[in-house]
Amino acid sequence: MAKRKLSGSDIVIQSLVDAGVDTIFGYPGGAVLPIYDALFKQNRLKHVLVRQEGGAVHMAEGYARSTGKLGVVLVTSGPGATNAVTGLTDALMDSIPVLCLTGQVPTHLIGNDAFQEADTTGITRPCTKHNYLVKDVNDLGQVMQEAMYVARSGRPGPVVIDLPKDVLINEAPYEVGKKPVSKHKTYRPQIKGDNARIREAVELIAKAKRPLFYCGGGVVNSGPRGSKLLTEFVKMTGYPITLTLMGLGAYPATDNKFLGMVGMHGTYESNLAMHGCDVMINIGARFDDRVTGLISEFSPGSKKIHVDIDPSSINKNVAVDVPIVGDCTSVLAEMIKVWKEIKPSIDTKAINKWWDQIEKWRKRDCLAYKQSKDIIKPQYALERLQALTKDRDTYITTEVGQHQMWAAQYMKFNQPNRWMTSGGLGTMGYGFPAAIGVQMAHPKATVIDIAGEASFQMNIQEMSTAMQYRLPVKVFILNNEYMGMVRQWQELLYGSRYSESYTASLPDFVKLAESYGAAGFRATKPSEVDDVIKEMLDNDQFTIVDIAIDKGENCFPMIPSGAPHNEMLLGPDDEAEKPVSEDGMVLV
Amino acid sequence: MEPIERHTIAVLVDNEAGVLARVIGLFSGRGYNIESLTVAEVDPESAISRITVVTSGTPMIIEQIKAQLDRLVPVHRISDLTDGGASVERELALVKVRGSGNKRVEALRIADIFRARAIDSTNNSFVFEISGSPEKLDAFINLMRSLGLVEISRTGAVAIARGAKGI
Repeated sequence: MAKRKLSGSDIVIQSLVDAGVDTIFGYPGGAVLPIYDALFKQNRLKHVLVRQEGGAVHMAEGYARSTGKLGVVLVTSGPGATNAVTGLTDALMDSIPVLCLTGQVPTHLIGNDAFQEADTTGITRPCTKHNYLVKDVNDLGQVMQEAMYVARSGRPGPVVIDLPKDVLINEAPYEVGKKPVSKHKTYRPQIKGDNARIREAVELIAKAKRPLFYCGGGVVNSGPRGSKLLTEFVKMTGYPITLTLMGLGAYPATDNKFLGMVGMHGTYESNLAMHGCDVMINIGARFDDRVTGLISEFSPGSKKIHVDIDPSSINKNVAVDVPIVGDCTSVLAEMIKVWKEIKPSIDTKAINKWWDQIEKWRKRDCLAYKQSKDIIKPQYALERLQALTKDRDTYITTEVGQHQMWAAQYMKFNQPNRWMTSGGLGTMGYGFPAAIGVQMAHPKATVIDIAGEASFQMNIQEMSTAMQYRLPVKVFILNNEYMGMVRQWQELLYGSRYSESYTASLPDFVKLAESYGAAGFRATKPSEVDDVIKEMLDNDQFTIVDIAIDKGENCFPMIPSGAPHNEMLLGPDDEAEKPVSEDGMVLV
Repeated sequence: MEPIERHTIAVLVDNEAGVLARVIGLFSGRGYNIESLTVAEVDPESAISRITVVTSGTPMIIEQIKAQLDRLVPVHRISDLTDGGASVERELALVKVRGSGNKRVEALRIADIFRARAIDSTNNSFVFEISGSPEKLDAFINLMRSLGLVEISRTGAVAIARGAKGI
């Protein structure tokens, strides 16, 4: 196709359109005015005006995580870029493909402490997968293409392109309708796993007596086919599987082989299976410290297989026996092929014995809680939410804290891309903007942000965004008037000295919703929970639900910091018996 | 506790703005050691620079450092010159020594033994140029201390694998 001369701004927009982007989240400012003017003159890109740039990145993350597509953000220079930093770090930690376009002062002013100047590439270098400063409009088309490729390929992540204002105004030839690039001169992620290693892994899996699949967000990132193949492979073997916080939905939660989430607030059966297994099959998880607990006592008797697209994830925290660098989907397909080919004879007797043991652990019913007639238990509220939403097309996001862990425990995900949460960075304020991003991508779906009253207030300004775009997002607040997880740790480790963890001067969330023209509902008694959830679901506009929950409830089970998997606390009665070690105190 | 090893790693990178900051930021951000680091363009036509970094850590940390370096987008390739068979390593230093009388003569004599060249001289000072292994430079500098050592400028190590094969 013939090349046309376009301004830098038009090249930005045309590159996004050519790459199939249809929605961007942003906030205007001096340095990006040329792009906003170009946006005004077209109708192929939909722009969502946020209320603070931090919200924009989380929206793009929610959009990306729920679709598998690239999330795109547009912010201005200086404060626009610095406000985006938290979201970029979040996307880096959770491997979410985000392209963030930042305005910059004109090239001749860079380094002069100009108005709204910040060293954006310097600031974002450690919190992006890669970043660019475009100094010549003739490079812009190529950089846009490259950046989108880098963000999406391999282990996905955030990429920043810093755009000086003169570069946006100057013109350069651009080939409209250019196909996205599919390779890069230096960045070449390894997709296909090593065949010999895969065979070695499958043979180890076949001989296992106490096997466990331990899978994570990498499977979700590798696409819906990755989850299908994982489900197929797990069912072929008949082995148990646990998922990380980021992996929920990669394997159907309602299937009996699923033991629940693993880690600090994972289930008893998952964590004891991790501790006691003889072959651990890690696919797309990264041995995060929330999963491993005390690393020196982590799963001491197991041979470990680790599939990861990022070579730096392998042998980082835990030394493994069979490392396989490759994309989860590709490696799983190959594993299934080899499995069918060697037709292994599994040690059925040993596997049955292992399952008997797991069923014993399961019988402990670690997620049981004491029902109450007068006070709403958070677990009860979520069980009801799960029951009343399970037949709908539902997407769940969360903020960070106790409610997040309860949501991970009590909500059941049978498909990938339905669960959006800030796992690695633990960003309070993530869930609400993320839900807005999800709703933009899935206008007809039920999108619920399971929130705490403290987290919700961290990006509460986006209520205005939800209203402006008539997004029927539901915010489901488990309100205990505390930063619950902080309070729980203070109770456990700091003699119940609740230093600054009480959320004082809360707004009336129902009235707050109404002040925006949204709907608000409140439940203060268990008998009201179902009605409020139904009202929320029947409402086709932005809705806030304020559930007054038991203020003292803690999140169990729990592996206290510095403890191994087999020293879980199952409930409040355990707390007193097993004080946390001094080594554990220094861990977060 | 695993033993601490010293490794010399060569990194071929695109010579673009900020690439050195990326490498250094990786080391500081993840708490790895840098014992020395040198960088210069080696292929002007394709704008490729070679960074030689000397680092130390347990075998697991060294493996991490290599994996982390390799996943930086502008990195073409990396080579562990300590692990990958025999290699030669050289460093250059400029050493300023001030003194008179016997000390001045002694400095010149030792410089001769180490094959260091005097590249600047005044009535009461020398600047010596010395190259060799970092250990040889250490030894020379130590001897100069009692002979009026004033100032040292060192390049840090550069290294290359022995034999006919390229990186």
